[in-house]
Formats: sequence, C-alpha cells, structure tokens
Amino acid sequence: MFPVLTTIVFLPLVGALLLLLIENRDGRRDAVIRWTALAASLLVFAATLLLWSRFDPSCADFQFVERHDWIPSFGVQYFVGVDGISLFLLVLTGVLTPVALLSSWESVHKKVKEFSAFLLVLESAMLGVFVSLDLFLFYIFWDAMLIPMYFLIGVWGYDRRIYAAVKFILFTAAGSVLMLLAIIGLAWMHNSITGTGYSFDLLKLYDLRLPWQYEFWFFLAFTLAFAIKVPLFPFHTWLPDAHVEAPTAGSVILAGVLLKMGTYGLVRFAFPLFPSAAAFFAPALALLAVIGIVYGALVAMVQPDLKKLVAYSSVSHMGFVVLGICALNVQGMQGAIYQMLNHGISTGGLFLIVGMLSDRRHTRQIAEFGGLKAVTPRLVAVFLLMTLSSIGLPGLNGFVGEFLILLGAFRWDPRYAAFAASGVILSAVYMLWMFQRVNYGPVTHDENRSLPDLTVRERWVIIPMVAMAIFMGVLPGIFLRPMQPSVDRLLQRVSREAVARAPAAGRTDVTLRATVPADVRVKN
Amino acid sequence: MSSSSIVAIVPILCVMAAGIAAMLAEAFREPGERIPISGLGLVGLAGAGISTVLLWGRHATGFGVVAADTFGLFVVMILVVIGVMTMLLSPRMVERDQLPGGEYYALTLFALAGMMLMAMATDLLVIFLALEVMSLAVYVLTAIRRGAEASVEGAFKYFILGGFSSAFFLYGLAFVYGIAHTTKLDGVGSALAGEAASHPTLALVAVGLLLVGFGFKVSAVPFHMWTPDAYEGAPTIVAGFMSTGVKAAAFAAFVRVMVTAFEPLRAAWLPVIWVMAAITMILGTVVGVAQTNLKRMLAYSSIAHAGYILIGLAASNDVGRGAILFYLLVYGVTNLGAFAVIGLLATRDRANDDLASMAGLSNRHPALAAVFAVLLLSLGGIPPTAGFVGKWYIFNAAVRSGDYGLAIIGVLTSVVSIFFYLRVIVMMYMAEPGDAPSSPEPSRAAVLTLAATLIVTFYLGILPAPLLELAARSVGSLF
Repeated sequence: MFPVLTTIVFLPLVGALLLLLIENRDGRRDAVIRWTALAASLLVFAATLLLWSRFDPSCADFQFVERHDWIPSFGVQYFVGVDGISLFLLVLTGVLTPVALLSSWESVHKKVKEFSAFLLVLESAMLGVFVSLDLFLFYIFWDAMLIPMYFLIGVWGYDRRIYAAVKFILFTAAGSVLMLLAIIGLAWMHNSITGTGYSFDLLKLYDLRLPWQYEFWFFLAFTLAFAIKVPLFPFHTWLPDAHVEAPTAGSVILAGVLLKMGTYGLVRFAFPLFPSAAAFFAPALALLAVIGIVYGALVAMVQPDLKKLVAYSSVSHMGFVVLGICALNVQGMQGAIYQMLNHGISTGGLFLIVGMLSDRRHTRQIAEFGGLKAVTPRLVAVFLLMTLSSIGLPGLNGFVGEFLILLGAFRWDPRYAAFAASGVILSAVYMLWMFQRVNYGPVTHDENRSLPDLTVRERWVIIPMVAMAIFMGVLPGIFLRPMQPSVDRLLQRVSREAVARAPAAGRTDVTLRATVPADVRVKN
Repeated sequence: MSSSSIVAIVPILCVMAAGIAAMLAEAFREPGERIPISGLGLVGLAGAGISTVLLWGRHATGFGVVAADTFGLFVVMILVVIGVMTMLLSPRMVERDQLPGGEYYALTLFALAGMMLMAMATDLLVIFLALEVMSLAVYVLTAIRRGAEASVEGAFKYFILGGFSSAFFLYGLAFVYGIAHTTKLDGVGSALAGEAASHPTLALVAVGLLLVGFGFKVSAVPFHMWTPDAYEGAPTIVAGFMSTGVKAAAFAAFVRVMVTAFEPLRAAWLPVIWVMAAITMILGTVVGVAQTNLKRMLAYSSIAHAGYILIGLAASNDVGRGAILFYLLVYGVTNLGAFAVIGLLATRDRANDDLASMAGLSNRHPALAAVFAVLLLSLGGIPPTAGFVGKWYIFNAAVRSGDYGLAIIGVLTSVVSIFFYLRVIVMMYMAEPGDAPSSPEPSRAAVLTLAATLIVTFYLGILPAPLLELAARSVGSLF
C-alpha cells in the first residue's frame, strides 16, 4: 500500500530541504523561496484533504497504518496511523501552515529562506506528532518540534523574543523529559508484565494493566508534559510571552496547532494508557481547567495589548477543552476535540488580524486604535466574525464545541459546568469590549485615518479562516460523524479499564458516566 | 610469545609506529620544509581501524594481559574515529598557532596508543601503564603552547593533580595485589569472590583508591577540578581530543575493572557510583550555566556527560554497559566536533572562545554556525540527533534497574544543560553581530570532517539500530 501518512508527514521536510538548496544571496530570490514554500505547504494541505476523502468514517480502528521495525532490540517501531480524532488535526495543520506562510509574506524580510524552512520543518514535526502510534516515535516528533518553534520566536520575533524563546523551550522541555522516563518505564513494564519484550507500541500498551503506583506516577509524568503544552493553569506562564513575542506566523501555528498537542496528548495517551489514574485525577484536572477558564478570561479582560489579550483568551478556551476531556463522556470528549479545531481556527484568525493591524500601525496597544470601522470596513468585518466565533455565537464554530463541552460537564458534575459557563459570559465581555474599543467610536489617532483595508493577499489569508468558522458552525456533523467511532472506542477503553481496576481511591461513578447509551449523542 | 599474542595488539602497534614515524619525520625535516605529518597519523589509524575490524569476534588475547574482545575493540574503534577526526582537523590549527608539528602529532598518536591499550588491558598493572602513557602525552599536549600562560597553568594543574591521582591508583593496585596476589582482572575477581569476607576492609580501601584514580581521569565530581582549567589552557583541538579520547579510554577501563575484578564487591561500590553520578551531573550542569567562556562551558558539559555515562555503570546491567559504549561514541564525535568549531573560529591573535564572540556568527559563517548549533543540540539531547538516542539508551538502563531517581536527576539536568547550549545558539542566531573579526576559511579537510560529523549526528539519531545492537552485543564479551 502506498505510504500515505509518511508522504504527508515528510513532504514539508522535503520542501524545507529543497528551500535550503536555493541560493539566496542578499535576499534576491526571496520571492522564489516564498512561492516554493507556499506550494509545498499547499501540496500538503491537498494531501490531507485527500486523506480525509479516503478516510472511512464508520471505522474506529486506526487507518492508513504503516508499521516497520526501527530499533528491534528495544521494540521501537515506525508505526503511524490516523483515526477520527487525529484526522482533523492533520487537516487543521494542513490549513494553517500555508496561511501562516502567506501571512508573513510582507512582514518577514530577514532570512526568508530560513524562516520558510523552519515553518515547514515545524509542520513535519506537528504532523508527525498526530500520526505517531509508537511512543518513541511520538516523543521524537514531540521534542523535535521545539527547535523550529524556538528559532521562529527567537529570530523573527519582537523585542523580548529571546527571553520568550528560551522560556518556551525550557518550560516545554522540562515537562517532556519526565514523560520520556515514563515512556521508557512503560516499555519496560510491558516486558515485565507480558514477558514478550519491550514495546513502545501504543496499541499493545493500551492493553497493559499496570500496578496502581506505576499508573499513578506515569500518568502524572505524561499529564505534566501535556498540561504545560495546553497550557493548563498554573503552567501557562510561558504562553503569553511566547505568543506576544512570536511573529504572526509563529503565533498562528502556536495557538492553532501546538497547543492542541497538549490536549491531543491527553486524549490519545494519558487517559487511555492510564485509565484508573485518569479517573482518579480527572476532578483535579477539571478544577484546574475551570480555574484556567475563569482566570484566563479575567486576565484577558484587563490586557492593554491585543496580542496578549488573545493569548490569555487561549488559556481560557483551552481550559474548556480539558474540561470536556475530563468529563469522560461522549459529549464532553467530542466537544473537546471539536473545540480544539475551533480554537485553531478562531484564535489563529484573531492572531492573523492582530498581525495585520500591527503590520499597519507597528503597535498592538488597544488604546492606539479606535474607530477603525470607518477606515477599514472589510478588515473590521472579518475581525467581527472571528471575534464572534471566539465568543461562541450560535451558527459559528465556537458554539458547537463549547455547547457540547458544557453539556458533557453538566452531565458529569453541574458545578464545573456552572463555573465554566461563566467563562463563556466573560469571554463575550472581554472580546466585545476589545472589539468596541478598537473598531467603534471616533477615530482618535490621526495615524489611523489613512490605514489601508485588506489587500488581496490578506484576503486570501483570512478567507479560509472565515469560511471554516462558518462551515464548522453550520455543519458540525461532517466533522463529528467521523470522530464518533473513535471517541466511542476511546471512552470504552477508559471506562472499562477504570471500572475493572479502579482502586479503593478511584471513583465509583465511572460506570455511570462513561457507558452512556449512544442515543444521547448530539447529532447535527 | 605466540603469534596470536602479537595479533591482539596490532591496532596499538600501528598507532605507535605512526607516532614514531611522526617523530622521525620531524627529526629529518629540513627547516622550512613542509611534511604532511598528519598523513602519517592517518595511515597508522587506518591500519588500526582495519586490524580492529579483522580482529572483531576472534577473541584474541595478547600476553595474557590484553584482550582484543568486542568490548575493547568497540572502544578502540571509537578512539580511531576520534584520532582520525583530530588528524584531519589539526593541520591548519597547528600551523596557525605555530605549534611544533612533529611533537604535536607524535604525542597525539602516543596518547592514542595508550588509550587503546587502556581499553583492551585486562591486567591492572597494564592498565596503569597505559594510563601513564596516555596521561604523560596529554600533559605535554596541554602545555604545548609554551608561551601562553593559561596553557602552562592548566597543564601544571592537570599534571600535579594527575600525578596525585595516579599515585592513588597505584596505591590501590598495591592493595589489590596484597589481597589477591595477582593483578589480572579475572584473578582478582575470583580472589575477591572467595576471600572478600576475610579482608573486607582492605578490599574496600583498594576499590576506593582505584575509584579516585578513575574518577579523576573521567573527570567525575569531586575529582573534576582540573578539567575547566586544563581545557581552557590547552589548544582547542587538544581540549577536544582530551575530553573525548581520555574519557572513552578511562571509561572503558573503569567499566571493565568494576564489572570483572570488583563484581563481588558490587554492593559496596554501587552506592558510591550512584552518588558520584548524581553530583557529577548536577554540578556539571549547574556550574556550566555560569560560564561565559565556551571552552570552560564545554568542560563543565563534559563533566555532566561523565555523570550520564556513570548512570550506565550504576545501572549495572547489560543495557547500561551497551549504553556506555554507544554514548562514548556519540559523545566523542559531537564533543570533538564542537571543540573543533571553536578552534576553527580562532585567529592567530584572538581565541574567539567566549560567548560574546559568537554574536552574529550565523551571518559571518552560516555553515559553521549551523554545524555548531546541531552539535550543541545533540549534546543537549534533542531529537532527532545522536545525543538524544545516547541519553535515551542510558535512561533505559536506569529505568530497567528500577533506578528512577538517577534517571530523574539525569533528565532534569539535561533540561538545565539545554539552557546553556541554547545560550550559544541565541548568540549565534539572535544577537546583534559583535566586533569579532571574521575567521579564516577552514581547510577542506576540516570542512569534510565537520560535514561527516553532522551526518553521523543525524544518522545515529535517526537510524541508530545497527550501532545500538553492535554496542549491546559488544558488552557480552566482558564476562
């Protein structure tokens, strides 16, 4: 069978290597490089769409599986595959990379070749994370991703870029090394429990029944890595710095895809690998998530800087995703996965718009704007749409995800849902207030009177995001249906194991929560 | 003396002969005449490499005190790689710093011969002999820039402390002989197994004294004091050679002695190694963070790496020993490469070896900056580089022996170490260019060597399986 996934994952890398071959003295071939990079990323996007079209939505198993021995003596394999959960994250990565490249068309002039190459390398690593079904392979992609992102922030970022880049990499690396130990520990446990050798194979490790104390610590190690990436309160402090200092393309990718890896990791690895520990820790995680929702929203409200505001809104929105996962029921889980995609679109879109504003004015202070509606009506129109999508207006994508999550949380424990719902209200407050200050009222700064409206290139950057926001809001079924079997399988795995093995400390209501009959599912 | 005895030491003889040829070439050289002496070294090392391959799996022993077993030969192979890299990288630097060429190459080759002997020796007395052959040559190499104060100071410190540690080693050896009536490792092992109970204190004293000697050579804390001074003072390429070759040879002997002769006393020395590994990793990285001179920074990083390798010993299982071999190779290639880059950046009157002089390197020498960045990331253990696989293998060993504590210290210190490796990358790529002058273009041989280093770094990071398995199999010969 044709190695579809390998092709998709390594295509950007090949593109990056091609770019490095282009001689570019004094930036004379910048245009060639930009087009080549864009072409490569569009090709990847097309390939992910093709993958979606060939994907069998009724099947819960991993599809397009490739499996080869890699380091046989340690049971390490090159093992990749997609299911309904990872499929759309691949597509999302496919969409956002060309958008990010296009968004930096005129704002990046320094070392264009290296910039484009790093973005493509980053894309390869991100795609790799989403398809890896071998924990060793997963970790390689997971860690390899840090380097291009580090350079993107550190070389092409704003004033405090170096501080932000180093903070980003140290936070994430500190989180992930303990996960590395847990991964190694799992592989050895596989040998000592089954006696069939070491294995990093996710599917085999799913069936492993670990002693409680191992499960406890391994879950913590995995979750720490993912919680930092999400970022879950109180591990979020790297995020505002990284977002604010990163170039627009970096912010888009960071918000759009990188943060999703944290929640994806919880869904794919931490919860199903350690179901009893997951059930044990879910309330605590959900509590942190809810704190993050409210805290992120409150801090976002008082930000004078547009980019920082969007960054803190990310903390809030990603809290919803974690809450949905912790609810451990179909609605919560589906909502969480849907919300990952939504957040990629809406926050990515907001960062793009903030980038456009800051390209025009070289400032991101809200107070420096005002009355833009009269000057740049088209820009303000898309801005409004992305704002509403972020708030979760019915009819746009954000609503579906948040609704499902709240539904799931409510069925689990209404208290979480109640607090989380206040986050929805708060998000409307800070987003609309920001929107009002930037776009309505009189034009208070003379520099703003002559701002140009959306250029053709910018339209191409933002239209895909707007289209996705509407499309995903109106027809969520197209996305939810292929997820369904995988989500069911996931929940079965988590609940069955948890029921069978929950220790005395574990919760007893797991059974009730997780074995929800299929008819309660929301179908749009 | 049978012919098979000679066969076992052919690799050493090849290198030794090349060393003598280098001395003669220098002696017969007309003033001003240029002889590619490094070429002689390459020929000798090629001979050593080929004979190593031919000896593989034949279990030749030489004179009852040298074993050409796979463990020893693997280390010899690492040393050949280190030697070849050194020979290829040296000429331009030797010329630039006006080092005495003949002496430089001859001493390097003699040091290599000593290292190889150390890797294969199975008798404590021969190990001591090899240690001294190696050390004396390296002391002189450290001081080879006679005019430079730092060089002399570093070399003097190294020499005095080194002599002191050799004395410890010799004293320990004497105790061992007193208990076991032999210095052969297997003899010592069986004697200790039988009589350990009758002389427990003496045996422990002996192990302790030998630990001091080995600890010094591998620069494990608390015997690491000489390292930063010696590396800073030595010509950069010599520092690279020392930090990799000496470490590989010393670790080979260290592991061999511990798991053969002192296996019966494992319960006694294991906690010591454990603590040594932990404090070596912690001190190496924490102090490394405070360094602004690159050579001192790499010195502390090499101390930290000694700590990681000690994890492999502390794990005391086959995985750990295999991991040590693999790690020594990976570390040897990347660390020597990193030192070489610093060496290439120097000019005749400016060392350019502090952090500030790296500012804007990516604009002045994009290729060198890229190579340096990759090597540093590999030292930091970031995938997909060889350094990551090396560390992964080491941590595998620790986890396997259930030693999560050491593994956790290991991973956390590697995060801290990433911080100081990244600082260099920050300077090279993100800082405004300073006033450091452009360095001369590196020679073609140096470029090729660095390119090969880069390829090896990625190759072993992406497809490590063949070498991992070779390393894993090689340790089987220890028993």
